[in-house]
Amino acid sequence: MRWPPALAVGAALTAVFLGAAALSFLWTPFPTDGMDIAARLRPPGGANLLGTDHFGRDTLSMLMVGARTSLAVAVIAVGFGMAAGVPLGLLAAATRGSLVDEVVMRGNDLVFAFPALVIAILITAVFGPSAFNAILAIGIFNTPVFARVSRGAALALWTLDYVRAAQVAGKGRARISLEHILPNIANLLIVQGTIQFSLGILAEAALSYVGLGAPQGTPSWGRMLAEAQTMIALAPHTAVFPGLTIVLAVLGLNLMGDGLRDLTDPRLRRAR
Amino acid sequence: MLRFALSRLVSLGLSLVAASLVIFAVVEVVPGDPAAFMLGMNAAPDTVAALRRELGLDAALPVRYLGWVTGMLAGDFGISYTYRVPVAELVAARLGVSLPLAVYALLLSTAIAMPVGLLAAARRGRAADWGVMAGTQLGIAVPNFWFAMLLVLVFAIELRWFAAGGFPGWEAGLWPNLKALTLPAVALALPQAAILARVLRSALIETMDQDYIRTARAKGLSGRQALLAHALRNAMIPVLTILGLQFSFLIAGGIIIENVFFLPGLGRLVFQAITQRDLIVVESVVMLLVFAVILVTFLTDLAYAAVDPRLRRRG
Repeated sequence: MRWPPALAVGAALTAVFLGAAALSFLWTPFPTDGMDIAARLRPPGGANLLGTDHFGRDTLSMLMVGARTSLAVAVIAVGFGMAAGVPLGLLAAATRGSLVDEVVMRGNDLVFAFPALVIAILITAVFGPSAFNAILAIGIFNTPVFARVSRGAALALWTLDYVRAAQVAGKGRARISLEHILPNIANLLIVQGTIQFSLGILAEAALSYVGLGAPQGTPSWGRMLAEAQTMIALAPHTAVFPGLTIVLAVLGLNLMGDGLRDLTDPRLRRAR
Repeated sequence: MLRFALSRLVSLGLSLVAASLVIFAVVEVVPGDPAAFMLGMNAAPDTVAALRRELGLDAALPVRYLGWVTGMLAGDFGISYTYRVPVAELVAARLGVSLPLAVYALLLSTAIAMPVGLLAAARRGRAADWGVMAGTQLGIAVPNFWFAMLLVLVFAIELRWFAAGGFPGWEAGLWPNLKALTLPAVALALPQAAILARVLRSALIETMDQDYIRTARAKGLSGRQALLAHALRNAMIPVLTILGLQFSFLIAGGIIIENVFFLPGLGRLVFQAITQRDLIVVESVVMLLVFAVILVTFLTDLAYAAVDPRLRRRG
C-alpha cells in the first residue's frame, strides 16, 4: 500500500506530538513546576531553545507538558462523542423512519444549536472551570457529529444485499448493527475521529485561553497564550511558539484525516 | 414556498422551546439552589432566602419556566444580580459591538473566499490551485485568537496602524469604530474564509463535471463564462450551508476574539458574569446565542429554497 504524501506528513507530525507528550513524563529540558525569576523572558536560542516565560520557565518544556493536556482533552472528548454518538446513529439507522429515529435526529439538531463554547460557558457558569468541563463540553459537541455520520453511512449499508440476507437468516437489528454495520463504518469513524480530534485541540486551546478549561497551574497551550498576551510587546516569542505548536498539531491531524479518507473506500466517501 | 416557510417556522419554534428547556434545566435545576450559588459559600441563610424571594425561586418549577420565557418574549430578561440593571439593557448595549463584529467578519470572509475559491476551481490542478489548497489547509489550522494576537503584534505594536484594543462607542461616529473592529474582524474572518474557499472550490469542481456545463460549453460558452453563469449558482447550496454554519462559529469565535481586543461585547459580558456568578446574565446570553444560531439555520433553509426550488418539497 502506497502512502499518500499528505498522510505521511500528517502521521509524522502527529507522531512527533504524541512522542513529545509521552517523553514529557520522563524528561523535559527544564523542570516546569518551579520559578526562576533570574531566567525570566529569555529570548529564544541558547540553553532555552524557545526562550522562557515570565516565571522563567522553559517554553519548550512547557509546550511538551502542555501537549499532554491538549491531547488528553481532545482524545477523551472524541471517545465521549463516539461512545454516545455512534450507538445513537446506529439505532436511528436501524429504526429508520420510526419515532426513535425522529427523536434522535431532532435531538441532534438541538445539540447542533449549541456551539462547543456555549456549552462550555453554560457548564462552567454552573460548575466552575476545570479540564473535565472542557472535555464534557467538547464531548457533547462531538456527539451529534458522530451520530449523524454513523446514521448516514449505516442507512446506505442497510439497503445492501448481505444485510438483507442477515435479516432473512433471522438476525436481529441490534446484532446486525454490531456485527455487520459497525465494522463497515469503522473506517469512516476513524476519519471523522481524526477531524474531531483536531477540532478538539483547537477547542481546548480556545477554552483554556478564556479560562474555561485547564485550571491555573496546569500547563496548556491555550493558557500559555493567555499568559503571553499581556507581554506580547515585550516578549513576542511567548505568544509565537505556543500558537505555532497548535497550528502544527492541528495541521498534522487534518492532513492525516484527509490522507486516511483518500485511502478508505471511495464508495463510503459518498456516504459522508 | 409559503407552505415550506411555514413548516420551517414551526420547527424553528419547537427548537427554541427545546433549547430554552435545556438551558433552564441546566442553570436552575441541576446544581441545586442558584441563590446559594450566586452568594457563595459564606452567605447567611436569611440573605439566601431573601435572594430566593427576589429571584422568584420560591415558585414551582413550571411557573418559573413560564415566567422566564414569557418575560423574554416581552423583552424582559430579568435584573442582573451584580449590575442591578435590567439584563435586556446590558445585552442590548453589548450587542451593538458583537453583532456588527460578526457581520463585518462574515462579509470579509465571503469577500475573500469567493474570488479565491473561483480562482482555484478555474485553475484546477495548476499552481494557483495548489497554492490555494495549501494556504487554506494552513488557514483552517490557525486558532483565530492566536491569529488575532499576531495581528496585534504586527499592525498595532510594530506598525501602529491600529489600536491594540478597545472600542470608542458608536456615538464617536462610524469610522473610528469600524477601525477598531477591523483587526478583530480580520482575525475572525480569515480562518472562516479558508473553509469557505475550499467548500466553494470543491462545489464548483463538482458542478463543472455536470452534463449541463458540457452543454453550455458545447453551445460555445468559454470555461470562464460557464463557471460564472452556470456553475456558480449551482455551487451556492453547499456554500450557503457553510455560511449558515459559520455564523455560529463567528458568534462563538467573536466571544473569544472580544477578549483579545478588550471589546465590550457579549463575550466580555458573559465571562464577567461567570466570574461574578451572575447566572441570570449567563442564562440570558446563552439563550440569545442559541436563538441566533437557530434563527440563522432557519434563514439558511429559506435561502436554499429560494436558490433551489427542488428543496421546497422536502418540508
